[in-house]
Amino acid sequence: MKQRAIDFALLLIGLLALWQIVSLIAGTSAVTAPADTLVYAAGLLRTEDFWRHAAASGYALALASVIAMLGGLALGLLLGLNRLAGDVADPMLLTMFSIPKITLYPIILLIFGLGLSAKVAFGVMHGIFPVAIFALNGVRNIKPIYLRAARSLSLTRASTALTVLLPAALPEIVTGLRMGFAATILGTLIGEMFASTKGLGFLLVRSLDNHEVAQTLSLALFLFVFAGVANAILLALEKRMHRTAAP
Amino acid sequence: MTVHAQLDAVTHVYASVGRAAALQALGPLDLTLSKGEFFSLIGPSGCGKSTLLDILVGLTLPSSGSASFEGAPVAGRPREGIGVVFQEDSSFPWLTVWDNVAFGLRRKGVDKQETAERVNSALSFVGLSSFTKAHPAQLSGGMRQRVCIARTLVLRPRLILLDEPFGALDQQTRLLMGDELLRIWRETGATVMLITHSLDEAAMLSDRVGVMSARPGRFIEIIETRWPRDRSSEIVEHPAFGSLTGHMWALLREESRKSMAPG
Amino acid sequence: MTLAGSIRLALMIALAAILELACRTGLIDRLTMIPPSEMVTALWTILASGSANADIAYTLTNTLAAIVCAVLTGFAAGVIIHALPRLRRVLDPLLTAYYAVPIFAFYPLLVLIFGVTATPIIVIGALFGMVSMLTSTLIGLDRVPPVMDKAATMFGLGPLQALLLIRLPATIPYLITGLKMAVVYSVIAVVAAEFILSPKGLGFRIAFAYNDFDNRTMYGLLLLLITAVTVVVLLLHHIEQRVHERWARQ
Repeated sequence: MKQRAIDFALLLIGLLALWQIVSLIAGTSAVTAPADTLVYAAGLLRTEDFWRHAAASGYALALASVIAMLGGLALGLLLGLNRLAGDVADPMLLTMFSIPKITLYPIILLIFGLGLSAKVAFGVMHGIFPVAIFALNGVRNIKPIYLRAARSLSLTRASTALTVLLPAALPEIVTGLRMGFAATILGTLIGEMFASTKGLGFLLVRSLDNHEVAQTLSLALFLFVFAGVANAILLALEKRMHRTAAP
Repeated sequence: MTVHAQLDAVTHVYASVGRAAALQALGPLDLTLSKGEFFSLIGPSGCGKSTLLDILVGLTLPSSGSASFEGAPVAGRPREGIGVVFQEDSSFPWLTVWDNVAFGLRRKGVDKQETAERVNSALSFVGLSSFTKAHPAQLSGGMRQRVCIARTLVLRPRLILLDEPFGALDQQTRLLMGDELLRIWRETGATVMLITHSLDEAAMLSDRVGVMSARPGRFIEIIETRWPRDRSSEIVEHPAFGSLTGHMWALLREESRKSMAPG
Repeated sequence: MTLAGSIRLALMIALAAILELACRTGLIDRLTMIPPSEMVTALWTILASGSANADIAYTLTNTLAAIVCAVLTGFAAGVIIHALPRLRRVLDPLLTAYYAVPIFAFYPLLVLIFGVTATPIIVIGALFGMVSMLTSTLIGLDRVPPVMDKAATMFGLGPLQALLLIRLPATIPYLITGLKMAVVYSVIAVVAAEFILSPKGLGFRIAFAYNDFDNRTMYGLLLLLITAVTVVVLLLHHIEQRVHERWARQ
């Protein structure tokens, strides 16, 4: 434990040092130094305005996450249960994940108009595919022997799904949820950059247009920390799953 | 008989890590292999058979004691003239069967023609001549082990060690492969050490069988079989065979129980 | 073509047919989407006139440059980090969080530093793709079975020879997966960067057409982009599957 704390501290110091160097090279009008940014960020976090936007983002993110995860799970699990469906869908899901979704953005706007729905749609579009892909593979990779064992114990379909399939596929599903959540954050953020007058994405674009470098970096830092913490929590959960799951 | 390889008062200890105490995995034991003999090593799980092999060929240093081959020390570095077929499949999946077997010869810079002759000969020896262009992933587990055997034999080692080489095979195939191994042994004149779980295999194939105790592995007894040199799997019919395996099991039964006990 | 492949093709044709019908009957209005058949003709016109050629070339160059950088640096970094376990432990949180944090927020900063040239586009494309190559390299090297190292020793190979002749070839299936994902991420980043802050390129052209209410051009170019991405990704996926079939251990 202590070793890991030291390692993490080293990483942090390394990143801050890198930041400082970049700031020196590029000049503070392009990149403010870490110390100045942190001071600014502290001030920013005390404004009501910031939290209003943060709440708007949080709301959109929550909506998008729920839809992306439930939708992705449903998609992946259903497709995974049938062998042929899984084979057909796997490359298709990958392709849909690979398309630069930002270019589909105009279509989203044309359908949903500006505002919350477009933001959420954009977030869902990013997050649903990783969740579906991992859920699909989680179910597909369940060893047939588990199903035979369940049958030999005369388990009902529902019981099999709940006590055998779900735990067996859970580690991969949780990995997919982690990746999906990260992608949803990115998607919602980008959606806010274009489709909204509320939210942290909007603030980011505004401070970029106004060349408010310190604010840009503060916002980016906040987003990084938020995403990093969320990721760390989901990662801890994921590691727990992988440890207790069958090899 | 000339001494070919030797282990002197060898032990192997796993150092303590964190709160786990140090673990004596092997020894102290002595072993002398005579040139040209067929020696089998048998013992309960976890008694250190594979560790013994690693020390003898130079993959691991013993914690104390020494190993030697052809009179010179083996000090944690593999010596030329020793060939090993490992328990796990070590065939190279990115190479064809042919290239796998040719690997060692090419490393040594053997010329193309001689390489081709020796590789083809080794492949027909193990019965894989029609699979030269296949990749190991396309073969069964048993066939992959035969690739590893061919790859080792093609270098004409004077000491051949095999660690459960037939683990993936069914009993009948094991008996046939045993006959093949005997043929290889006779035709190459090499010294062979075989690690096996199978009492039958050890009894049938060897000049001597070393029976090891549970961890830390030491020799309980080294049994001489006194079989004739040109033997085959038919030896199972010999009246002495049954008493031989019975004797081995009597020695092993208690040790196996010990290795199954918790802690 | 496999059964799965045929079904996939049939599904795509069916989808195109449904869209075509929906657009032509007015279910989807023209301001939102034009019929797929018109997307094809629009694309044909654009390609025939050559008006988008410079932009296509620009995007293609950027993408290739980004991919090459991503793959080479990701691989090299992977090999080095694997050899230094302490460094790996320190970097581990960064690597697992890499795709979780919006690296994209950096893109405008890159523009501030490098100006509105191809450099920030290529840099962010490379940054995006590099880590998947890196992690695949690490995983691949992890998964080299210990018996391979033993075999390498028995063949008398030194550490460098063992790395080049045995450990790296053993990781090839994982490297192909890393390559596939590096390509995917690099393409996404390059096009997105062009969309946001570039005066040239396919991404820019699509954004421009949208702002200009030029649905025909926008959809024509979108069709080009989606087709190109689909072909490349499916090709890489196919190669990956074949390599795994041929070489991967059971």
